[in-house]
Amino acid sequence: MQPIPIIGAYLSAANAPGGVMLPEFYNQLGAMHGTIMVFMGVVPLAVGGFGNFVMPLQIGAPDMAFPRINMASYWAYFVGGVVMLASFFLPGGAANSGWTSYVPLAVTATVGQTWWLLGMVLLITSSLLGSLNFIVTIFQLRAPGLTFMRLPIFVWLQLVTAYLLLLAFPPLEAAAVLQLMDRVAGTSFFLPSGLVVSGQILGNSGGGNPLLWQHLFWFLAHPEVYVLILPAMGIVAEVLANNIRKPLWGYKPVVYSAIFLGFMSFVVWAHHMFLTGMGTTMSAFFQTTTMIISIPSVVILTSLFLSLWGASIRFTTPMLFALAFLPMFGIGGLTGLPLGLAPTDIHLHDTYYVIGHFHYVVAPGTLFALFAGIYYWFPKATGRYMNELLGKIHFWGSFVCINIVFFPMFIQGLAGMNRRLYDGGIQYAHAQTAAKWNMPMGHAAFALWAFQLFFIFNFFWSIKKGRRSPSNAWDATTLEWAAAPSPPPHGNFPEPPVVYREAYEYSVPGHPRDFTPQNEPETKRDK
Amino acid sequence: MIQRLLGLPIVASEHGPQLDFYTALVHLLMLALFLGWGAYFVFALHRFSAKRHPRADYYGTKSKFGKQSEIVVGIIEVLFLVGFAFPAWAIRVNAFPPESEATVVRVIGEQFAWNVHYPGADGKFGRTDIKLVDANNPLGLDRRDPDAKDDITTINQLSLPIDKPVIVHLSSKDVIHSFGLPYFRVKQDAIPGMTIPVWFKPTMLTPEGESWEIACSQLCGLGHYRMRGFITIMTPDKFAGWLKEQAAAQ
Ligand code: HEM
Ligand SMILES: [Cu+2]
Ligand SMILES: [Cu+2]
Repeated sequence: MQPIPIIGAYLSAANAPGGVMLPEFYNQLGAMHGTIMVFMGVVPLAVGGFGNFVMPLQIGAPDMAFPRINMASYWAYFVGGVVMLASFFLPGGAANSGWTSYVPLAVTATVGQTWWLLGMVLLITSSLLGSLNFIVTIFQLRAPGLTFMRLPIFVWLQLVTAYLLLLAFPPLEAAAVLQLMDRVAGTSFFLPSGLVVSGQILGNSGGGNPLLWQHLFWFLAHPEVYVLILPAMGIVAEVLANNIRKPLWGYKPVVYSAIFLGFMSFVVWAHHMFLTGMGTTMSAFFQTTTMIISIPSVVILTSLFLSLWGASIRFTTPMLFALAFLPMFGIGGLTGLPLGLAPTDIHLHDTYYVIGHFHYVVAPGTLFALFAGIYYWFPKATGRYMNELLGKIHFWGSFVCINIVFFPMFIQGLAGMNRRLYDGGIQYAHAQTAAKWNMPMGHAAFALWAFQLFFIFNFFWSIKKGRRSPSNAWDATTLEWAAAPSPPPHGNFPEPPVVYREAYEYSVPGHPRDFTPQNEPETKRDK
Repeated sequence: MIQRLLGLPIVASEHGPQLDFYTALVHLLMLALFLGWGAYFVFALHRFSAKRHPRADYYGTKSKFGKQSEIVVGIIEVLFLVGFAFPAWAIRVNAFPPESEATVVRVIGEQFAWNVHYPGADGKFGRTDIKLVDANNPLGLDRRDPDAKDDITTINQLSLPIDKPVIVHLSSKDVIHSFGLPYFRVKQDAIPGMTIPVWFKPTMLTPEGESWEIACSQLCGLGHYRMRGFITIMTPDKFAGWLKEQAAAQ
């Protein structure tokens, strides 16, 4: 084992003596990377951040329906985040049983796991409060004339997401409390009788079942992956519609698909558990639902692709990120196929193939969509554009590097290399060739990080020095651009907007301009 | 061929090639979809850039291509499910051969080793009791039990005869592990409190000097990365000899 270059010197002796990382610390980083990215990164940004800022503007509302609930949601998130991060400084460090926290491992783990559970309860509470607020706001506060079928796609997808959060999180919240009881109160909800851990008989009463935890966890966590992807798709749809200068192809199929996807996401969870000893009927059921759920995703992606036909594409920075989302999410979705068919999952389960699969969905997928959203709505929040040249360097650098990081994971997974291995699997004979990819992947990850500096610099520099933008910075049709100043004042709109038409009326024949905002009153020409 | 193209490891079990074949088919489908849509995507970006196409067409495409391609994908998925996935799971995974015609062993995971338990000549596994577990008896095997007299236990070494089905009864003493045999396309979680059987038929001898591996495939603690066991496929004669050697060493 070699010391970690550069960073190693700054790690504490308890985690990495002489800069050489210990397996205990590796497992903490793995578990916390997953937890932080999912529950403290993407969900708060995509839902809490973009949802809270953009959604009320797009529906013509002065604010969210319940500002105080919003505040409560924020503080629950804040305290939950502090609990999670502080757990690194506990004896034994942070949680180390994976973001899935499978029992009995998690019950016998160090005290960091207790803090993880407490943190999760707070983070879940935050999402629950937020989702209620979203649902009420979208139902109650739409501008006059803004019917459901005139809503921007982004709002629709936030609505579906809010329902997923509302219905999927309570079971995990309950499960987290049960696991907490197993850890601190000696109960055995998830522990069977007769456990012998490190040669000691575990003094719990027994009679529980470890699979119960997995069912409860994945009943949340599968809808959760749609929580990670739907808002991202919404952002991509907005940016795409604006930069193709024509209506999105298949608005209705996209909306219906998203609703169907929401329902289906509650009946696929056990495809994460094919190898827990599943019978033929059960596996057939979950394989079928898994194949069914792929169809609405295909419909959405197809609609976005077909929207390009006949377009007049502006290659702005947000558009580059939105365009890249399409093939990247495509790879993520396609590689789900061999994992969703139980017999081919046998070899690939718990290998790097899985890591590659879901990272293509959440990293060059969701993360790129979030970047697209930041570049796109930045002028709304600040009244200034971000720099295009820096943006393009950021895009191309990230695009190349992120593929070098994640694509080889499929090769490694097919070779049988397992995930969550402290030494990257280097002891295993079957992993010898595939493990050679670790080096270029590692270098590309560093380079990927370096390219984010262009973004960070661009972001802060543009707040102060960026080119000034008009209130409708992109000649867009939706209300946040057409009716609100940049940045929006308290109450969002100088006067309440009224909506007369659908969301993406670009290049309407006979109109002089290539965009017709939703709040532009009807003229004779419209008839 | 298929194995090489996808970079799959050696395949040493009877059902392995069939699973590999379908893995390859699925990847072929994925590749076709990706290349097809990719070509369309690149063409559209080129043809419909603002430079080449300054005024967008409000109506866009009228073709039925989108719907048709969705239907084709749907049909292919149904074919995969019905033609491969359901029967493969029913037959290859869940239709066990009779125990009398198979090599039957118990494999019990613990942090961070695989305990292997052979029933011995009587074909019966002796009683185990967690109170008897200690460093020399990790399984807690009760040697006073008549069924246990000829039982054989090993740590991290699973030896098996070739061309005879194997039934492994899997469990765990502490946390969840996963019994992964990359060369046999076998993987099954070992869950404490449950005994889960898994079966396969080895069809290739382990070459002299090579070691094939049991790779723990479920995070089981700080030593998960080194929870590596070995599996060796032998001729029936050699296997009988090996069992005798082990019996003497118990
Ligand atoms: C682009 C930067 C990213 C890189 C380089 C990266 C890298 C990795 C790697 C190498 C692993 C596997 C660790 C192991 O198997 O031991 C991993 C696991 C994981 N990542 Fe990422 N990741 C990135 C972004 C994300 C994002 C954006 C999300 C979620 C939204 C995410 C969620 C996860 C999860 C849930 C796991 C599994 C953790 C576990 O094993 O319990 N990652 N990541
Ligand atoms: Cu293990
Ligand atoms: Cu393990």
